[in-house]
Amino acid sequence: MSLLVLMDVSLFTLLLATALAITRLRALYEATMLTALAGLLSASLFVVLDALDVAITEAAVGTGISTVLFIAALRLTRSREAVTPRRRLWSGGAVAVLLGATLLYAAQDLPPFAEPDTPVQTNPVTQTYLHESQEDIGVPNTVAAVLASYRGYDTLGELVVIFTAGVTVPLLLLRTRRRAERDEAHAGEEGAEGGTEPGTEHGTEHGREHSAEHGAEHGAEHGTEKGAEHRSARAVVMSEYRVLRVASKVLMPFILLFACYVLFHGDYGPGGGFQAGVIFAAGFVLYSLVFGIGEVERVLPWPVMLGLVPVGVLLYAGLGVANMALGGAFLDYDTLVPGHPEEGQHYGILIIETGVGITVAAVLIAVYYSFANRGARR
Amino acid sequence: MSLSLLIDIASGALLLAGCLLVVSGAVGLLRLPDFYTRTHAGSLTDAAGATLLLLGLLLQADGWQSGVRLVLIMLFLLVTSPTAAHALAQAARRDGERLPAGDDEGRR
Amino acid sequence: MTGGHYIFWFVFVLMVIGLYAVISHGNLVKKLIGLNLFQIGVFMFYIALGKVEDGRAPIVEEGVEVYSHPLPHVLILTAIVVGVATTSLGLALAIRIYEAYGTIEEDEVIERDKAAEQDGTAELNGTAERDGVRGGEAGP
Repeated sequence: MSLLVLMDVSLFTLLLATALAITRLRALYEATMLTALAGLLSASLFVVLDALDVAITEAAVGTGISTVLFIAALRLTRSREAVTPRRRLWSGGAVAVLLGATLLYAAQDLPPFAEPDTPVQTNPVTQTYLHESQEDIGVPNTVAAVLASYRGYDTLGELVVIFTAGVTVPLLLLRTRRRAERDEAHAGEEGAEGGTEPGTEHGTEHGREHSAEHGAEHGAEHGTEKGAEHRSARAVVMSEYRVLRVASKVLMPFILLFACYVLFHGDYGPGGGFQAGVIFAAGFVLYSLVFGIGEVERVLPWPVMLGLVPVGVLLYAGLGVANMALGGAFLDYDTLVPGHPEEGQHYGILIIETGVGITVAAVLIAVYYSFANRGARR
Repeated sequence: MSLSLLIDIASGALLLAGCLLVVSGAVGLLRLPDFYTRTHAGSLTDAAGATLLLLGLLLQADGWQSGVRLVLIMLFLLVTSPTAAHALAQAARRDGERLPAGDDEGRR
Repeated sequence: MTGGHYIFWFVFVLMVIGLYAVISHGNLVKKLIGLNLFQIGVFMFYIALGKVEDGRAPIVEEGVEVYSHPLPHVLILTAIVVGVATTSLGLALAIRIYEAYGTIEEDEVIERDKAAEQDGTAELNGTAERDGVRGGEAGP
């Protein structure tokens, strides 16, 4: 039994156990934490399977950002699942088992795992990506070369999908001024009890969110009297988490520096725009969890944030248009430096990755903002 | 020759000690009686176990580039894992999680 | 090894668990968690197809001849980030549903819709909104 088999089997066993536990749990906070664990395990599996770039992304997304988004959503809804009726379990189980049987049947035709002569490996495109790319593009990290150059159109499409999500989530969750006024009128009708914030007693159960919540409220607060009260309450909470505050403050520049390293070193080592954007966003989300969203809003105001969402996409598509103006095809970076196609490719990939990084980071932070603000203003 | 053997033995011992700490942390997480002692066991895995493992790997590192990376990972782990444990325990305290009542409870 | 398919079996079991969570659970957030699990299964499947025995990560170095295939890595790398974007959209929709209906259980949402249909469409908007406010108090 080789080492690869041993590691795959043990990590996959843990992953499956986690997945089973998730389906059985009715407390959704716990299920979310286990989902983070599943993300971490799958990131480890990606490392074992040689996919380093994917592992960085999954570690930052699966254990970091998606967990925070789930918790933010649970804060705004209900954290406990209703009992599922038994007949639903049976019907769902039957469909799932049917799928499993079909897949197992189909798996007989799959090429064996990790063999060197599978169709994936013998396809001529493998030779192009792994060896000819060194002459065409000259970037050691072939993942970056394929992502930004060979499959540049595809990546542009993916970026537009992310951009669309970044526009839609704030549209769904952010309150316009008119709606906020109408809601306030409603709250007045409902009486005094309607005014108590449902978040406060809830927050004490979950220390980390507590501070975030207070911060968010603080950021959104307009009435001075209430604001002062909140500020003092928040000061008490903050003083108890001094270690956390100091550590996050110390780590913050390193996280952002690491994001830049991942972005600009992506041609030579594992990394690139997607990973960098995700790490950048994770840094800001951590900061706003600890210090409150108001502090982040001082650095990165909401309009700037929303403005940055399309900037990356425009940079990407704009480079394509510039290539056309220079006499090449859309996203043909060879034209950037006349006479030196390799250098042109290098610049092109760097610009593309930067654009991807800007949009991904801006979208994820904007999504987090919308979730957090919704909680603060309710 | 003898120097490389010595280094191998030292790194092997460090790796073994790290593994033992990680396993004992996992056992503690399952067997200890209340929340705070379990948090303690969990943070031990992160801080001490991982540090020993990284030190063991550092002795085996080829070239200073991987060495620098390992040292950086170690430094970050040494900052983050006690912080996480502290935040967790603090949150539990705020939530009203009690310390075990008496000595009898703790000893069990 | 028995045909060397063992990793695909693991992947399929993970997909089955994810699909089961999506279909049989009525809670919308739980459905999204199940969808995430299913997604991880699909990611694993793609990455496993690109793996070669004794291969290295596809970053070209001197003296290394065998690399895993970079194309699945590219596809999955983007898919993960797209996945978190779509998950956040799903969560935003779940929040709006909670605010309108006071619940994120699928069955209760359908029941409320049926009840509102019987009351007549004219009142539908009014009830939904008042329920939303009441739900917000009772919720967390």
